[in-house]
Amino acid sequence: MVGELEFERPVVQLRNKIAELKEFTKTADVDLSSEIEKLELRLEKLEKDIYDNIKPWDRVQIARHPNRPTTLDYIANLFDGFFECHGDRSFGDDEAIVGGVAKFRGLPVTVIGHQRGKDTKENIRRNFGMPHPEGYRKALRLMKQADKFNRPIICFIDTKGAYPGKAAEERGQSEAIARNLFEMAGLKVPVICIVIGEGGSGGALALGVGNRMYMLENSTYSVISPEGAAAILWKDSSLAKKAAESMKITAPDLKELGIIDDIIPEIKGGAHKDVKGQAEAINIFLKKSLKELLELSEEELVADRYNRFRTIGEYSFLKDYISI
Amino acid sequence: MLKELFTKNTNKKKKYATIPTEAAKNDVPEGIMTKCPSCKTIMYTKELNKNLKVCLHCGYHHAMNAKERIVSFLDEDSFNEIDENMVSENPLNFPDYLEKVEKDRQKTKINEAVVTGYGSVNSNKIVLAIMDSTFRMGSMGSVVGEKITRAIEKADEMSVPFIIFTASGGARMQEGVLSLMQMAKTSVALKRFSDNGGLIISIMTHPTTGGVSASFASLGDYNFAEPGALIGFAGRRVIEQSIREELPEDFQTAEFLLKHGQLDAIISRQDLIDKITNLLEIHQPGGELEW
Repeated sequence: MVGELEFERPVVQLRNKIAELKEFTKTADVDLSSEIEKLELRLEKLEKDIYDNIKPWDRVQIARHPNRPTTLDYIANLFDGFFECHGDRSFGDDEAIVGGVAKFRGLPVTVIGHQRGKDTKENIRRNFGMPHPEGYRKALRLMKQADKFNRPIICFIDTKGAYPGKAAEERGQSEAIARNLFEMAGLKVPVICIVIGEGGSGGALALGVGNRMYMLENSTYSVISPEGAAAILWKDSSLAKKAAESMKITAPDLKELGIIDDIIPEIKGGAHKDVKGQAEAINIFLKKSLKELLELSEEELVADRYNRFRTIGEYSFLKDYISI
Repeated sequence: MLKELFTKNTNKKKKYATIPTEAAKNDVPEGIMTKCPSCKTIMYTKELNKNLKVCLHCGYHHAMNAKERIVSFLDEDSFNEIDENMVSENPLNFPDYLEKVEKDRQKTKINEAVVTGYGSVNSNKIVLAIMDSTFRMGSMGSVVGEKITRAIEKADEMSVPFIIFTASGGARMQEGVLSLMQMAKTSVALKRFSDNGGLIISIMTHPTTGGVSASFASLGDYNFAEPGALIGFAGRRVIEQSIREELPEDFQTAEFLLKHGQLDAIISRQDLIDKITNLLEIHQPGGELEW
């Protein structure tokens, strides 16, 4: 099987064994049906054991799976008449972010998302889904347009992070991200954000200031990649697995921390096993949240977004403190 | 006996004239003298401090901590600190996190990596936030985000300008995604303040990088920097590794940013009060045309 991940290997092995036995009974004159039945029961239990207890590091692997559905895959399955708009109107067109207008069940919307490539060639064109400043400025331009025409905005988040490069710094990567956070705070239309793969730091957050925030079950969202965190904290990027465990980067972790509204359940073993089925699961959440948000006034939408981010953070107060 | 003496003498290590080692040369008694890391000139710390910690020879801006900044920038005794007793929790139960914070509290004598409050510059009332890179490299966790947000809200409430001196390595790793979300929190607060007509001035000092540069530091109505300050999103080493190319000497310096259109101006410490005062007076409400 292509792209099987290490943690699910026992399931795959057992499944192959059962298939082999079935094949064998067809040709040989022996009755193994009771054995096969037993094995199938065991497979069911094993699947449950493994897929119900996916470790953070395994989720990272699923989120990075080469066949994991991308923004354009979901756009194709969720929206009608998607019209892609290019360019930031000042420097260029960054293909690491796609955006445009479409209809969602009859409602005009603006859709924006990070876009990885499916193969090496496309990945080079799309810079592996790591945007430059012009990508964020294109996204902002489309959001302002949506604001003007009163269209809800749907953002798909899927990036390792904003691209760390010379040209990116020259054109103001920091400013581009900061500007998006600032301007998204003031949008007078509903904004729904869904993390579909990796949510890598500021590069992800720059499309992530929304009224609703969802994560696919096996996606991640963090301040830095586990490799980066391990390099900074312990000066050893091979400790990424340990960092993934301690940094709370999985959907259940973020739900518990109160940062996301809900977890969108995934197809067993990962979204890459059934794109259509996964799009259907997203569809349910989009429909529900749009319905709720369309009830709110412009002021309420801005206030809702403000309140959601204003309350994030943990701190306490000291009795004995140092005064400056 | 004479022979013995003779052999002993030859075995004895020859005495050479001693030249102080590089380490010893640089070893200036602590506190009295300071060596400029840029031009290597050694000068009296007192003199340097009197000159706002700007090197008397080459103009290098030495790092200022929060306390020094308050004394040098605000009118005497005008500063009132707010939220001074807010401290970090350990929301992710990250190993050794609170111990490290406590160590820095003892070392720096401040409670977190930002000091906030209100005061005045040449009698112009402002709310001020000063990040301090000596505390956990000025990194932003929940407390830094919350204190800055509260300072912005204070400025909104008082209807006075908000000025921030930034100095930070970026988001604080030990608070994970909560640190990331402080970027959004401070930005939504600035947006609200800005929509209410508030004036935002960001003064980036060495270093301002990562999540801090990608949020409030870049969101001023006016973005300034101190000469030579390192300002950028991704670290130099990360970029060099990813593009496998050596970067120019001045990469990510304030001068580089000015050249690439990211800053309104670079302001040296000596000119800071005058320039900011000028700007604050232009923004005073009620400036009417006189006939």
